[in-house]
Amino acid sequence: MKTESRLEKILASGNLAVTSECGPPRGALPEKVKEKASLLKDHVDAVNVTDNQTAMVRMSSWAAGVIIKQMGMDPILQMVTRDRNRLAMQSDIIGAYSLGINTMLCLSGDHPKFGDHPMAKGVFDLDSVQLVQMVKKMRDEGKFQGGADIQNPPKMFVGAAANPFADPFELRVMRLAKKIKAGADFIQTQCIYNLDKFEKYMKMVCDRGLDKQVYILAGITPMKSAGMARYMKNKVPGMDVPDEIIKRLAGVSKEEQPEEGIKIAVESIQRLKEVNGVHGFHIMAIEWEEKVPQIVEKTGLFPRPVI
Amino acid sequence: MENFEPEIVAFCCHYCAYTAADMAGSKHIYYPANVKIIRVPCTGKVDTIHIMKAFEKGADGVYVAGCLEGDCHFKNGNTRAKYRVEQVQNILKDLGWEIERLEMINMSAGMGERFASTALEFTKKIKQLGPSPIKIINTEKHQQVAD
Amino acid sequence: MITAEQKPLKEIIEYISPYDRILLVGCNECVTVCAAGGRKEVGLLASALNLNCLKQGRTIDIKEITLERQCDPEYVEELVSEIDRADAILSMACGCGVQTIAERYKEKPVFPAVNTKFMGASVSQGIWAERCQGCGDCLLGITGGICPVARCSKHLLNGPCGGTSNGMCEIDPDVDCAWRLIWERLKALGMEKRYEEIMEAKDWRPAGGGGPRKIVREDLSL
Repeated sequence: MKTESRLEKILASGNLAVTSECGPPRGALPEKVKEKASLLKDHVDAVNVTDNQTAMVRMSSWAAGVIIKQMGMDPILQMVTRDRNRLAMQSDIIGAYSLGINTMLCLSGDHPKFGDHPMAKGVFDLDSVQLVQMVKKMRDEGKFQGGADIQNPPKMFVGAAANPFADPFELRVMRLAKKIKAGADFIQTQCIYNLDKFEKYMKMVCDRGLDKQVYILAGITPMKSAGMARYMKNKVPGMDVPDEIIKRLAGVSKEEQPEEGIKIAVESIQRLKEVNGVHGFHIMAIEWEEKVPQIVEKTGLFPRPVI
Repeated sequence: MENFEPEIVAFCCHYCAYTAADMAGSKHIYYPANVKIIRVPCTGKVDTIHIMKAFEKGADGVYVAGCLEGDCHFKNGNTRAKYRVEQVQNILKDLGWEIERLEMINMSAGMGERFASTALEFTKKIKQLGPSPIKIINTEKHQQVAD
Repeated sequence: MITAEQKPLKEIIEYISPYDRILLVGCNECVTVCAAGGRKEVGLLASALNLNCLKQGRTIDIKEITLERQCDPEYVEELVSEIDRADAILSMACGCGVQTIAERYKEKPVFPAVNTKFMGASVSQGIWAERCQGCGDCLLGITGGICPVARCSKHLLNGPCGGTSNGMCEIDPDVDCAWRLIWERLKALGMEKRYEEIMEAKDWRPAGGGGPRKIVREDLSL
């Protein structure tokens, strides 16, 4: 074991891992964090805590992570390179680790243009690959990015994201290889709706033997409605939503669409469980956290193993 | 201002509007004497600064008359002129002038009547707008001095 | 070249409103090429400022001069004979030109008439696009001649991010994804392998992170 991370232990034990996501509130509302996290409590191994997601100001990822930790759950600290330079990131990593957070996800982050402060200067001192490198170096070599020694280095289980669907497709596996080379221990993917394409991607991943070097958690987001599916298809960059999904949702009445969305998510997980190289699921139910337990139960991923 | 007779500068392309003006003349079609014609080899030769200088020197209105779109003798001189007219309109707008004081007009060499009617309409429009903002303030000044 | 765009007239007028005699100085280099502050634009701005004053019933004395190179003290010296007849200087050069004038003529206020934009290249007539950020440590040799620092919206050195769609950047469908361009070039050059080499965290000191930059060439100093 490289770390004390529960996620690492679950994955190392050969179990399919389940993670979910909690977006911190846009205000000093610790109760909100608790409310959302408690919906997920017994059904997931760890909870991603987003870092100013969609470039909107929110409670800091590590602060919300600590609240979740205090509830006896395991937060995954998300960190984007958009908002901080390498000094600030390293100090936050040490700080978070000092407060009991031992798993993190390294991202570059959405461009400020998309958020509520489009006039802000994006920092991007590092990119996500370099952030992975830095966290690994802090852990394995006990050194800061600048080269100085760290006293009691933070031992983070390091994750990175992968989008199997963005262009150019041929680069996607190569970029994953780059993130693994940089030191990623686990990968959480973009929401998967085009299962055929994802399977093709995973085949390429396995052909290169990358599945033996990293744990891949398949991203699942249940659709609430046909409207949401259309929005995801047309408005969210790098998202691949096949027309069949939209048709299927539109084919039932409005009241039944949420149920149909859950069904699609459950079926996707059942199918992806069989795919070589898939080590677990990252269920991102956007403002719909209460549905996560149901999905976990219906797919036979409950109860979660006790490690 | 009831007797206001505007001074209008018309940059006319040799290949169309200028010839059309000629035709209007030879056919004895009336057009107002307010319009002072400047013949240019192509409206593409009219630069923004020429239009600006016309206003600086006291023109109440300016128009650039070139060939019909797609018919420029030099391929795209009239298109360039159109963009330049827009550029000066933007400057006028920023300065708080009426952009209607400047216009791009297209016609062919055979349109003697269109030349005359355009001159008439434009003159009418400028009469309604009144004298150039430069002139108004200067007239007021003169009056103050006289008072 | 350095590109620039004229400031809104309102802002320029505000700057110079307390003054009656203006020295309006253009530059014959970059800003002439990008049609922001050359001889022609100097004439046009002078005319607009003049029109504005005439409308207010006052006169303004604008002297138009376009220097060969406003960022060079040698040429800025040419203003000596004009400077006493001006209350203020309005410069249509890039920020380098404005500062060269400010440094030489300390007793006169100098105002910028353009916004300096970026180092760019001409894409086609009337269109300029950013190509270089002067990071001081050129990467073009390993990125197939396309700069990720200047052309990737997130300056990713190991791109592309997950936001590319149809080969375009997530911030704007009219902006090429720099990493798509880099990848296509590397492929065309048979250098695909290079893509998988991790580009290490960049040292931003030569890019300006080390304070204002300077080049000293002793062999050329007098």
